[in-house]
Amino acid sequence: MAAVAARELRDGEVVFVGIGLPNLACNLARATHALNLVLIYESGAVGAVPERLPVSIGDPALVTGSLMVCGMADVFQLFLQSGRIEVGFLGGAQVDRYGNINTTVIGPYERPAVRLPGSGGAAEIAVHAQRTLIVAKLNARAFPERVDFVTSPGQRSGGRTRRELGLPGAGPVKVITDKGILEADRATGEMTLAALYPGVSVDDVQAGVGWPLARREVLGTVTPPSETDLHLLREVLDPKRLYLRSKGDGKTE
Amino acid sequence: MGDASKVLSMREAVSRFVRDGDTVVIEGFTHLICFAAGHEIIRQGRRNLTLARLTPDLIYDQLIAAGCARKLVFSWAGNPGVGSLHAFRRAVEGKEASALEIEEYSHFGMVARFSAGAARLPFWPLRNYSGTDLPRANPRIKAVLCPYTGETLAAVPALNPDVAIVHAQRADAAGNAQMWGLVGVQKEAAFASARVIVVVEELVDESVIRSDPNRTVIPGMIVSAVVVEPWGAHPSYAQGYYDRDNDFYVAWEAISRDTAKVGRYLDEFVYGVPDRAAYLAKQPQLAARLKAKERRSSGVNYGF
Repeated sequence: MAAVAARELRDGEVVFVGIGLPNLACNLARATHALNLVLIYESGAVGAVPERLPVSIGDPALVTGSLMVCGMADVFQLFLQSGRIEVGFLGGAQVDRYGNINTTVIGPYERPAVRLPGSGGAAEIAVHAQRTLIVAKLNARAFPERVDFVTSPGQRSGGRTRRELGLPGAGPVKVITDKGILEADRATGEMTLAALYPGVSVDDVQAGVGWPLARREVLGTVTPPSETDLHLLREVLDPKRLYLRSKGDGKTE
Repeated sequence: MGDASKVLSMREAVSRFVRDGDTVVIEGFTHLICFAAGHEIIRQGRRNLTLARLTPDLIYDQLIAAGCARKLVFSWAGNPGVGSLHAFRRAVEGKEASALEIEEYSHFGMVARFSAGAARLPFWPLRNYSGTDLPRANPRIKAVLCPYTGETLAAVPALNPDVAIVHAQRADAAGNAQMWGLVGVQKEAAFASARVIVVVEELVDESVIRSDPNRTVIPGMIVSAVVVEPWGAHPSYAQGYYDRDNDFYVAWEAISRDTAKVGRYLDEFVYGVPDRAAYLAKQPQLAARLKAKERRSSGVNYGF
């Protein structure tokens, strides 16, 4: 997933890096095809060039050698709300049919079965980034038809489109999973199967999605991570397996 | 500016400036989180606090576990890079009447609340929250009509804490505090607060502050007390002084899952020590493991 997600980033783009797997994907992209990727972290590091994989988005290695360090009021107002972030990169406990993300609660808000961390900067990233990429492992609990709580708005929330809601960014354009890639349909905003990993069937993906999954007429095949990608991920970027927690199935890479 | 030294011990500073029922902010985004102050608040048995912070982090998990908190105001309650804050989760999950009241925003919302508070405005407008369930969960997030364009914006109320506790690399005795690395929302939080306690790695002469005024984030005029507490942010970090103790953040996952283990941790490292010096004396290996490497800035010419 990290390697596949990294490919979505183009050299020179300004990317707002979220916690978890997005952090790994962005640093892989910077180490391979996107040397001039501008990494902005909500902690205030702009143009970060971390010499070690940041353990959190507030890691001291994000500061050393960066282009700028600013306060968080500047991050959210001058960079994000002003529309200067090209790509937002988000993960989430639940992702639904329209790419709404839940990182707040499983169950009712007032009496949650599971209390998740909450928005952090995710709500505003989903509102303002010019486009958003979502990375999440596929399973039916994580991909319900409707999320329990909309923390970060997707293509359609409460029956209203992004345009109707007045959301400036394009919202989630792709969901990168460990079995395939979903893309937002331009007309309906629905997350639609666009590509499969080698050896994965449409039924395999459908089994991990809680709504009848639409698919493109022609499905692409996801190119597996290269030897270079795997070497960088396993030996250079994340030798301690902070993010690559897959149990030998290789899918997290 | 007064010449009088504001330097106090942590015990005196917390005793004089943090009161039961206060709204307390110990800010710092991953960086410069003042665990030493949090531990002293626990030791002094403060109760019914409203704890506000973007990222409650381990220190508020500990304060919640110790029974100091009545309410939490926050935007991301996790263990960064690890997982959950389990004392917090235990307080809010599956409860009819939660033992801990919560008031939840996003990071931008919390930043905006401190900005309004610092500027002594009643609210701060932001383009946000449309399409999210956050305003439903927190009715204090409201909509406001722009008087110039007619567009609808979100509004969040000012946050004016009773006391802000800010850790910095250095300050003079009057509280002029300099920090570098990630500066988070500390400036806004301090200016928004009625009282400010600055905790520093090093106390320096006023001439050191004056030699590099652009690095001053908190001016002494808003500071009530200065506490000199080397390694006072551990297991958080201080850029140029010591790295984050990521091993402890990982260890907290297992500790915080189990109330008995949390109790033993607090007994040994908080209640069982009189102050931060004693806390450090129990962990003599910290410096060897975490002391920062040299990466000096070249400095600039301030002449005219």
